[in-house]
Amino acid sequence: MDKQNWEPKIAAFVCNWCTYTGADLAGTSRLKYPANCKIIRVMCSGSIDPVFILKAFERGADGVLVSGCHPNDCHYNAGNFHARRRWDFFHELLDFIGIEKGRLQFSWISASEGKKFADVITKVTEDIKAMGPFTAYKKMNSEFTIDFPEEPSELPEPEFQENSDKETE
Amino acid sequence: MKELIKHARELLENGEVAAVIGYRQVSAKRTKPVIITDPEETSALVFNEYCLNNLAVYLTKARIKLLCKKNDKVLKLAITAKPCDVHSIVALIQENQIDRDTIHIISFNCHGVAKDFGFDFNGDNLASKCITCETHKPLYYDALFGEVKETPQASDTALARIKEIESMPHNERFEFFKSEFDKCIKCYACRAVCPLCYCQRCITDKTIPCWIETSSHQRGNFAWNVIRAFHLSGRCTGCGECDRACPADIPLSLINRKMSMEAKNLFSFVSGRSLETPTLVGSYNEKDNNELFM
Repeated sequence: MDKQNWEPKIAAFVCNWCTYTGADLAGTSRLKYPANCKIIRVMCSGSIDPVFILKAFERGADGVLVSGCHPNDCHYNAGNFHARRRWDFFHELLDFIGIEKGRLQFSWISASEGKKFADVITKVTEDIKAMGPFTAYKKMNSEFTIDFPEEPSELPEPEFQENSDKETE
Repeated sequence: MKELIKHARELLENGEVAAVIGYRQVSAKRTKPVIITDPEETSALVFNEYCLNNLAVYLTKARIKLLCKKNDKVLKLAITAKPCDVHSIVALIQENQIDRDTIHIISFNCHGVAKDFGFDFNGDNLASKCITCETHKPLYYDALFGEVKETPQASDTALARIKEIESMPHNERFEFFKSEFDKCIKCYACRAVCPLCYCQRCITDKTIPCWIETSSHQRGNFAWNVIRAFHLSGRCTGCGECDRACPADIPLSLINRKMSMEAKNLFSFVSGRSLETPTLVGSYNEKDNNELFM
């Protein structure tokens, strides 16, 4: 696929109470935003495990967006505060092992911010588009092959010994 | 050494502790962990530059229950620990895995250990954690032995390596770690030897749904090593046992050290140093840095 026609795949993990509702508002307000984000609804930004994000990259995502309620707005009081510390670490870890910081983005979007949702999705899509496809991670999927020992092209013909004794009996 | 043996013997004879976890000499430059319950056997206990194992790994809830419950009485468990191993014990207490009252810490004034068994103890063969060590005297202890000695000087090669990796562009870094993780054979020695990997069931053992692929190909290896490093970030006390245990020589403690540096930078937190402060990832502050979020 040439780079001009390439469209990024983005996984967006969004919290049920704020960002998902914000996305709903963006829809009902008929706001336009790129269709590259695949939205995955979870109950809280605090319940998004880093393995979800690795799995998204494994399955071919070029970028990941994580979004939840603004600080102090969490439906479960402190879910997003816990998430914030965790993401600070995870972002640094991914950066250290060679995944650019732009591949994984974060935002707080409340239920009334339909416009912000459209803007964030547009920005993330543009960022990932500028970075190009995440071939480094995808290559790991294709590089997994098993080296079987080569089979000899011509197998020696098996020799059968006729059991003549039994036949005659 | 005599003081240590005498102290351990007294503890066991007086019925204060149910067992003593310590080191015994195997050969000139090698020790092994030993769990002693008989006062007569305490003469095997040693402490020297070859006491490499972090014995805090034996402080699991199940083992304490097994060892310490005698005739409906719960006794203490004595453990000999280097000052850096005390950090691991403190981290375990912080995370409510063990109770401070049930542990009797026998510690030492430490001047460093060798990088592995069989090496002469000098500046060239100093364990990398000892190069930057600041706690030659333990922060918490119930009994303290050993004389204060000078630590041999050595250059901090691990930090230089981290700086070198940080200066590489992202794609080179990714290739570097991919090739390092590719060596992994999924033996999980790093998990078994880590005192803070105490989960009864590790996420990699949960295969329905399969979050981390268990076969040792690139994709599964990458996911396992990233998640292992993440689960220890902000918790790792830097004992370096994972590095020593890894049969494939993956620079695990390099990533752990980088994450400890981040914990210090971002939250000015060092794991396992104080019983009063809450754990880093288990707590939060409303004034935490919010720059990451749009």
